[in-house]
Amino acid sequence: MNAIKIPKPGHVNEATQTDLSQTDLSKIELSQTVGNIYADNAKMSIRNADIYYGDKQAIDNISLDLAKNQVTALIGPSGCGKSTFLRSLNRMNDTIDICKITGQFTLDGEDIYAKNLDPVLLRARVGMVFQKPNPFPKSIYENVAYGARIHGLTNNKAELDEIVETSLQKAGLFNEVKDRLNDPGTGLSGGQQQRLCIARTIAVSPEVILMDEPASALDPIATAIIEELIDELKEKYTIAIVTHSMQQAARVSQHTAYFHMGKLVEMGKTEDIFTRPSHKLTENYITGRFG
Amino acid sequence: MTKHNITKSKKNLPVKESNSTTFSTTERVSLGLKKRHRKEKRFKRVGLSAVLFGFLLVVILLGDITSKALPAFHQHWVKLDVNYQASWLDISESSSLGLKNEALTEQLNKANYRNVLRKSLYEMFPEVSGRKDKRSLTKLLSSNAEFTLKDNLLASPQLFDKKTQVWVRLDDDVDSYLKEEFAEGEAGLRINQNQAQWLAKLTSSENVESRFNISFFTSSDSREPELAGIKGALMGTLLTMFVTLLLSFPLGVAGALYLEEFAPKNRLTDFIEININNLAAVPSIVFGLLGLAVIINLFGLPRSAPLVGGIVLTLMTLPTIIIASRAAIKAVPPSIREAATGLGASKMQVTFSHVLPQAMPGIITGAIIGVAQALGETAPLLMIGMVAFIVDVPTSIVDSATVLPVQIFLWADSPERAFLAKTSAAILVLLTLLLIINLTATMLRSKFEKR
Repeated sequence: MNAIKIPKPGHVNEATQTDLSQTDLSKIELSQTVGNIYADNAKMSIRNADIYYGDKQAIDNISLDLAKNQVTALIGPSGCGKSTFLRSLNRMNDTIDICKITGQFTLDGEDIYAKNLDPVLLRARVGMVFQKPNPFPKSIYENVAYGARIHGLTNNKAELDEIVETSLQKAGLFNEVKDRLNDPGTGLSGGQQQRLCIARTIAVSPEVILMDEPASALDPIATAIIEELIDELKEKYTIAIVTHSMQQAARVSQHTAYFHMGKLVEMGKTEDIFTRPSHKLTENYITGRFG
Repeated sequence: MTKHNITKSKKNLPVKESNSTTFSTTERVSLGLKKRHRKEKRFKRVGLSAVLFGFLLVVILLGDITSKALPAFHQHWVKLDVNYQASWLDISESSSLGLKNEALTEQLNKANYRNVLRKSLYEMFPEVSGRKDKRSLTKLLSSNAEFTLKDNLLASPQLFDKKTQVWVRLDDDVDSYLKEEFAEGEAGLRINQNQAQWLAKLTSSENVESRFNISFFTSSDSREPELAGIKGALMGTLLTMFVTLLLSFPLGVAGALYLEEFAPKNRLTDFIEININNLAAVPSIVFGLLGLAVIINLFGLPRSAPLVGGIVLTLMTLPTIIIASRAAIKAVPPSIREAATGLGASKMQVTFSHVLPQAMPGIITGAIIGVAQALGETAPLLMIGMVAFIVDVPTSIVDSATVLPVQIFLWADSPERAFLAKTSAAILVLLTLLLIINLTATMLRSKFEKR
């Protein structure tokens, strides 16, 4: 599928995956990822990614694929680097001066860290939804219209109206706000704000949506709505979601990657990870023994 | 039950303290509670008294200035029986009789009104004789009185060669005397016995009237206190502030945005930051010297001009605006920046459509503090010649001008008694201007905050 052939990294050893369940925790070799990092139909491929904050290494040699039109969940204990990794997928870390990134990141076979690739273009293709709902202090309409406007996606007001309406509909917010599109976006409830942020991201028609704990600041009902939404969105978009809730990962994702201390410990189909994890660390985490 | 126990134990505590050392948490807390409340109350009282003291000082200051300024807002005028006799005007009757309007006006323009004034005055006081007395009689009137006569006649030429009544200003010393500003037998009393009698005569016949001093707001500075007005200095201040704001606001905001959003964090930017902070602490007279040496002598811009004053005050205001703007920009939540960046907004778009509007209230506050500082600044303007005595009202930024604080300084330095009230009145005008600027700022701020 990929436009350029990506060599299989040598450190992934699929043969070792079963032996580790019996091993003592302290003796576990973390340099090896177990499970399957490859996707048949990869939208994004990351190979041998290293991310440093100054001298501190936040991500250590991670390789994985994001399957097209599927949801990939990134789970792991706090500080394991999953958010850092997610942010590197649309170069949000560029704004941090001390952040250094090496490795191969491709979107449809294109190197996203290529010198001639403008991060602005990349971010139009890879959208992001953040942990805390962060609508602009502007009207609901302006919030959704902003992306389309800065990229010059429309020629006239009618087209823009259309984009705003369909985006809000896709985000399941339109019926709730259709009478008050000119009210400030910050006046909505937390769950509505987050759906507004999703609508804002969709309005640019990205190919990939990155979600950094999108439901962590929301109550269970709002969370359920967001989760349903993610399930619907995967029909059109490729989604990577960072979450602290294992139930959420199990509910919404098709693939799950377990991060630990900046390393990718295990990756595979979600039902496999949650029913029969191959790695002791994964098992401990998903059974709630640590993390 | 427990409640009862607590109150009981509280009462018994001092006794208990001596023979038992075990207290429950409730007992320990309630023991210290009184002390904590006392401390809080004491602090509240100290805070309140500090506020009241400050308020009292402001009230005293404003009260003092206002009471001293009040006399400057009205002025005494006297009604004279004027005879525009052709001979007194030095216009020969024969030549003027057949004249047409334009030629007459030309004649009237050149006529001798001082003579008319004197002669009319002597007619009103026939008892005054002798050169010395006559001179002190004419000294009752403002030196401007003859021009009032001239304006009056030019406005209605049909009065030529006729008798009429004209209101003219009294001299500033007389005005002060009538306002009872001089204490009895004061050394500075500049009204002699005779003059006092003549004044009494005029006052009793209701020929003297106190009027609102409109010329204080419509005329410029003058050597004669009764003619001196604030308009020149006010215009000078407005022009200077216009230049200052026009230069310092865009420069300051652009500088702050660059340093905060675009500049790489390295030694050079650190160095610049330290220098900006130091610049805010440089004594203002140094900026005046810089203006004199560089802007006037090197670049050859005109002296005493609001343009130069504005540039010098910009140097002074810039660090304040930059520091306040940077703080406001820093305070914009990073989540907004991330949201816009995540959507694919370029740095420029993030900065101008999100960061700047969010930071605007803080930036405006900073700019107003800076401009308010500049508004009261005197020292640097002395160096660039804005301290000159300027009679014309400036109409452009390159005209010679002075500003309100300098005008206050000049008037406070003048020996004439009447300038005392003028000084206070000028201070009131300056404070009012400051108040207007602050109110505008508050309104702008709340407008930006609403959005």
